[in-house]
Amino acid sequence: MKVWLPLDASAKACGAEEVAVALMAEAARRGVEITLCRNGTRGMSWLEPLLEIETPAGRIGFGPMTQADVPALFDTPERHPKALGLVEEIPFFKSQTRLTFARCGRIEPLSLEHYAAEGGWVGLRKALAMSPAEVVEEILASGLRGRGGAGFPTGIKWRTVLGAEAAQKYIVCNVDEGDSGSFADRMLIEGDPYCLIEGMAIAGHAVGATQGYVYIRSEYPDAITMMRAAIARAEAAGVLAEAGFTLEVRVGAGAYVCGEETAMLNSIEGKRGTVRAKPPLPALKGLFGQPTVVNNLLSLAAVPWILAHGGAAYQSFGMDRSRGTIPLQIGGNVKYGGLYETGFGITLGQLVMEICGGTASGRAVKAVQVGGPLGAYHPISDFDLPFCYECFSGQGGLVGHAGLVVHDESADMLKLARFAMEFCAIESCGTCTPCRIGAVRGVETLDRIGAGDAAALPLLEDLCETMKLGSLCALGGFTPYPVLSALRHFPDDFPVFREAAE
Amino acid sequence: MTDLARLGAILAAHAGREGALLPILHDVQAEFGHIPDAMLAPIAAALRLSRAEVAGVVGFYHDFRRAPAGRHVIKLCRAEACQAMGGETVQARLEAALGLKLGETKNDVTLEAVYCLGLCACAPAAMVDDRLVGRLDAGAVETIAREVRG
Repeated sequence: MKVWLPLDASAKACGAEEVAVALMAEAARRGVEITLCRNGTRGMSWLEPLLEIETPAGRIGFGPMTQADVPALFDTPERHPKALGLVEEIPFFKSQTRLTFARCGRIEPLSLEHYAAEGGWVGLRKALAMSPAEVVEEILASGLRGRGGAGFPTGIKWRTVLGAEAAQKYIVCNVDEGDSGSFADRMLIEGDPYCLIEGMAIAGHAVGATQGYVYIRSEYPDAITMMRAAIARAEAAGVLAEAGFTLEVRVGAGAYVCGEETAMLNSIEGKRGTVRAKPPLPALKGLFGQPTVVNNLLSLAAVPWILAHGGAAYQSFGMDRSRGTIPLQIGGNVKYGGLYETGFGITLGQLVMEICGGTASGRAVKAVQVGGPLGAYHPISDFDLPFCYECFSGQGGLVGHAGLVVHDESADMLKLARFAMEFCAIESCGTCTPCRIGAVRGVETLDRIGAGDAAALPLLEDLCETMKLGSLCALGGFTPYPVLSALRHFPDDFPVFREAAE
Repeated sequence: MTDLARLGAILAAHAGREGALLPILHDVQAEFGHIPDAMLAPIAAALRLSRAEVAGVVGFYHDFRRAPAGRHVIKLCRAEACQAMGGETVQARLEAALGLKLGETKNDVTLEAVYCLGLCACAPAAMVDDRLVGRLDAGAVETIAREVRG
């Protein structure tokens, strides 16, 4: 019997290791031979640990598994109370367009054999047969924009670095995935790490960089271990040498602001993670003052598919100026949470209500925060908003790294607005005044509003305006989004409005 | 081996590495449990930095400790996704069960906040020493409290 069980952090946090132990013990007791393969997660987090048994018809799933559910697997699996049928027929999975995450959950993450068998290294081989400028053209044609949140065209960034003259250039991959609601980077590394290695090697060839760094946050110990193991195996197999590229993992140290690209560069250089003023752009003067591509993991992991299938094929997905697919991540108070990769254009309401089934609590949805702690709180009246960069920015919000947090009607929006300011105060790097001092004053002002002081309202609006316009980076600059959206869309949660209405 | 000899081994392992300070600090903390004050000057000397520069980096990042933590460290996620699933109630339960507040160390147990473990679809979540725990409920809180008091 061949069994698959994820070793993804989300599966482990929900008891996958205990299930694995129970499975082997039960198999031994019954004298059944078992091959246990450890895959990444399929991204259906509510089913974790999701165990799969290989059958001639395909892999059939069981979940969420507990130790107690193990013995019945050996009797009549099809009548098991946790039986889900063919995993790839589950609507949440089947209705996706998986390009970046095509292999995740299907293969053993460190198996070079599995990776090659499922289309791995095709993009890199094609790229190495092309000139750097041709590779950049392919990325430009794909319409790929930075998936970290800024949405800057990846091809233009690469072209700038390609055109820069320097003895040393770098590729830096941003895996400082600190947004609440986001876990796509972690999931890809724990499920398909060679995909990132391939994307970075292609980027290296495209711009003439020979050294890459993967900056992973320390809160992701499993991803750090997996990435290091994958680099070692890719090195041993000679893949990186063939591409003339070396890779190193650098570990963050618990600073949210290091997700900002220039703070990240300082951190890799061994400095405090403070934000640098731009210009100069990192593309011209980045890591150690050299031309540097800083890309989010999701941008780099999209690259192998684009090279393998062509920029035009990638560009055929999506809407308006948002091309290709976006791996949406849905967490918080949601019934079917996880990762859903699809072309841009799906609406917020389709995703939250139809695909994810609304809240876990069964109560009404009150607000969905899109884009992490710096993203706006969207009321259900925004549910017809399609996922595209311009659609969300036009509505006073942002797509960000495409993490969504669902809140039910018990959410206290004043408290969440206060938390946004508190978080900014805790995580501010301290370089610019609007963020360093503004966030602290923001907490105080929201406390005054909470105590019913109406005079504090215009003060908060003014403060938010100052932070938006005067901050050096998105931490201070975007913290007003959750604060003001909470205020605008949910005035009933703010005592000053309640009193005015009475 | 003396503490300084152990530090020397760490510094030697990173000799010649670009931007070595964070990797060194991570290794020092893994070896000693915190960054002892007495090691700031030798680290600075090895990297041709001032002691103040090294202290500034140690102070900037939430991960680095100037004093030892408890034998058990519980990192409880306070971010939005965990809040949406009753994270505050979990925090209150955990504080009551352990007899300490977030940010405190007592009886060799440290309870501290973390902002996102990437387990947002299995919230609320925590890290207990090196182990991740998701879908925290009252029962899970009791199990954790029993374990760390063990």
